[in-house]
Amino acid sequence: MSNSEKVTAAAGRPAIADKVRESLGKRYRAEQRFQLYGIIAITMAILFLGFLFASIISRGISAFQATYVNLEINFDESVIDPDGGRDPEVLHKASYRGVLRQSLQDLFPEASGRSERRALLALISNGAEFQLRDLVVENPELIGTRQNVWLLAAAEVDSVVKGQVDLDLDESQRRMSDQQVGWINQLQNDDRVERRFNTTLFTNGDSRDPEQAGLRVALLGSFYTLLVTLALSFPIGVAAAVYLEEFAPKNKWTDLIEVNINNLAAVPSIVFGLLGLAVFINLFGMPRSAPLVGGLVLTLMTLPTIIIASRAALKSVPPSIREAALGVGASQTQTVTHHVLPLAMPGMLTGTIIGMAQALGETAPLLMIGMIAFIVDPPSGVTDPATVLPVQIYLWADSPERGFVAKTSAAIMVLLGFLILMNAIAVLLRKRFERRW
Amino acid sequence: MQRAAILTGVAARTNFKQDHEGCLPTMQVTPLILVLLFLSVIAYYFGKRRSLQIAESHGGVKNLHSLPSYYGAWVAFWAVVPVLLMLLAWKTFEPRALNAMLINELPAEMREQAPDRVGLSVNDIKNLASGNITSGDVTPEIQAAANRFNELRRSSTVSMTVLAFALLGIGGVWTYRRIHPNVRARNNVERYVRITLIVCSSIAILTTLGIVLSVLFESIRFFQRVPWTEFLFGTQWSPQTAIRADQVGSSGAFGAVPLFTGTMLIALIAMVVAAPIGLMSAIYLVEYANRRVRAVAKPLLEILAGIPTVVYGFFAALTVAPMVRGIGTSLGLDVASESALAAGLVMGIMIIPFVSSLSDDVINAVPQAMRDGAYALGATRSETVRQVVIPAALPGIVGGLLLAVSRAIGETMIVVMAAGLAANLTANPLSAVTTVTVQIVTLLTGDQEFDSAKTLAAFALGLVLFVLTLGLNVLALYVVRKYREQYE
Repeated sequence: MSNSEKVTAAAGRPAIADKVRESLGKRYRAEQRFQLYGIIAITMAILFLGFLFASIISRGISAFQATYVNLEINFDESVIDPDGGRDPEVLHKASYRGVLRQSLQDLFPEASGRSERRALLALISNGAEFQLRDLVVENPELIGTRQNVWLLAAAEVDSVVKGQVDLDLDESQRRMSDQQVGWINQLQNDDRVERRFNTTLFTNGDSRDPEQAGLRVALLGSFYTLLVTLALSFPIGVAAAVYLEEFAPKNKWTDLIEVNINNLAAVPSIVFGLLGLAVFINLFGMPRSAPLVGGLVLTLMTLPTIIIASRAALKSVPPSIREAALGVGASQTQTVTHHVLPLAMPGMLTGTIIGMAQALGETAPLLMIGMIAFIVDPPSGVTDPATVLPVQIYLWADSPERGFVAKTSAAIMVLLGFLILMNAIAVLLRKRFERRW
Repeated sequence: MQRAAILTGVAARTNFKQDHEGCLPTMQVTPLILVLLFLSVIAYYFGKRRSLQIAESHGGVKNLHSLPSYYGAWVAFWAVVPVLLMLLAWKTFEPRALNAMLINELPAEMREQAPDRVGLSVNDIKNLASGNITSGDVTPEIQAAANRFNELRRSSTVSMTVLAFALLGIGGVWTYRRIHPNVRARNNVERYVRITLIVCSSIAILTTLGIVLSVLFESIRFFQRVPWTEFLFGTQWSPQTAIRADQVGSSGAFGAVPLFTGTMLIALIAMVVAAPIGLMSAIYLVEYANRRVRAVAKPLLEILAGIPTVVYGFFAALTVAPMVRGIGTSLGLDVASESALAAGLVMGIMIIPFVSSLSDDVINAVPQAMRDGAYALGATRSETVRQVVIPAALPGIVGGLLLAVSRAIGETMIVVMAAGLAANLTANPLSAVTTVTVQIVTLLTGDQEFDSAKTLAAFALGLVLFVLTLGLNVLALYVVRKYREQYE
């Protein structure tokens, strides 16, 4: 130790105070930096959230509107019903595409040649001919008249009308030729184009044509699947929670159950799908793609969530309630069913709703049990093949057609809407029935 | 082998085999159960009435051991529960029994074909019986067998219904006649309730057992075909097995190392995003933010956790991946269109709330006295956090991060939609990699035969996934528990 150091050490306190004072500025700056990191982290997380929502809403909002074209349809008797018999069979099988083509031709007489006529017909959705068919079958008096009918436009026309297509692009780079765009403009000038709320999105099943694809099958499938899940997981989950919290003796078996529940809560969802495939489908021979199997798999998945929430709700009921009931001579089962359960019910319901929301958003295990089928007809029960909302989103996201991007985003908005609704109900329930003892 | 699928349209992913096997009978079970429920109400009513009648002859209700409603519940229980159990057992074994009976009655020349041919015929017969399209021509034998199958199915349903009502009558009448003031109906009913509760809580164990057994058995069958050393240490993954032996490119290599590295790479990227952001937000929310900020920011973070993964997948594939690619290209980097970076980034966003809420809990659990001690010594807030709070909370934070890693490894939809299928053995985040979960989904969706090495490989991957996540969870719980012992 050198001389000079000894001197400062002897002087002692003022030197340390100086050192502290010197370092203070640095320390305060470090403090501010640290606080800034925290703010940046939260801001980033919230920005991600905002960006996610913005990107989905900006893509999807347009899909809630569909473009319709008004055409004067010539229900030509010689095309629809040459014999004049009005036989429903004949009416059903007639060439409405021909009717449609003729009507388009009347509107744009300049279109000549095969390819031009085909381009003209491509303006209208493939489903339009069925729309015309249904009109005629329902109301045969239309034959031989001319009627103005609003028909669904093709997805590409929809994009052009909504201004999503860069018309400065070279003709070869886009799906609509200049000629077709010209026709669309002409239709628009004649007030024959209208954008309306897209009811097709909710009334149709899946389709290869974006403009005709709808969520009906997926919504019904999700409904049936959740119905099965709720019917099984709520009673079983509550029963398990009641047993573990109110009756179970402290032994190895109870410990094993608890460890299992905690671990199941963290098992990847896709593993539950493997279980469903191996046990429910291959071992028990249950039907593939059915909401019944999907509901069973989701039940096993949501059970831990419901059990854990229900146990927390039971724990929050004060012991004095139980003691009072036991004191006036109720049996243990009566104590639980008459006094503890009613008090814990709001908490259990909240947990169940949150579990159901999770189940509604779950995709991976349902892929495993074959719920990714292409299904047009809505299911009429829990054993009919169906798909669910998130799987439909996955299927549409995989579709190459441009129109499906907007559809997918719209489907996501529908899904998020349901989730927000469910969580809002859970929050309300908690607020309404929350009790401080 | 079930190749009876009628694949329509372009998309091979629409692996839709309409298998009506379970459809028809289950539809008849639903009304049966409704009838049973109705009958149980009636049984309850009669049991209660009888107990009241008997009580009168014994000097009033006060001489009954239990309340009249317990006698009703006792009768209803014995009337309905045995029937329900019987129905469950019947439905479980019916398909197999029917199958065996059908095969037994097939003409000898059909029965003595190769096993998979028999399976195909049986499938045809069932399809025909349910009025679906069959794969081959409808020969008279098949038509006859289909009729016979329908007959068998009908007689099975009839005998099931008869048996159900017989059991219901026996159970109901037996308990009904035994009603007596000395019967301890309440104790009986409470015992049944207790047993039901135990059964319900044991479902968790059954589920775990089911997962382990189903994954394990299929994996063992897989490892009989592909040695486990090749699976765990092989570096070549191309599961396309040939249908015909002479096909090109049918080697079917099952070395899973590229999948493991791909999974780890994406999980690592996710953690690089989620760990600092999640941890710093938790610290800020607990140590700095006032009540108002917390009331707004916490629910917002939790929304991130509530968004379905398929939405993140769509976001990753359509928004983030092109953005990453665009930025990479402008920097002169070669970025794959399905880069590990994009999938990892989005997965990181998904995991942020997970990390933050777990860290939030443990940081909150650090005793205030420790902070006060640090402040008293003149430490600034950040110094307190870094040198006192974090070290004290470290085990809990590490446990939370381990749980987050386990979540990242098991996450499926984001990687299915945003990461590729190319099994590249690389550590370059800009290239395309594939993961364990992606391969499970690809191997098990699309046209499949259940016994090929390809489908069995999915179960082997599932086993790896299960063991890995289970190990991480157990480790995390161990670390967290260790920490709790110190402060409570």
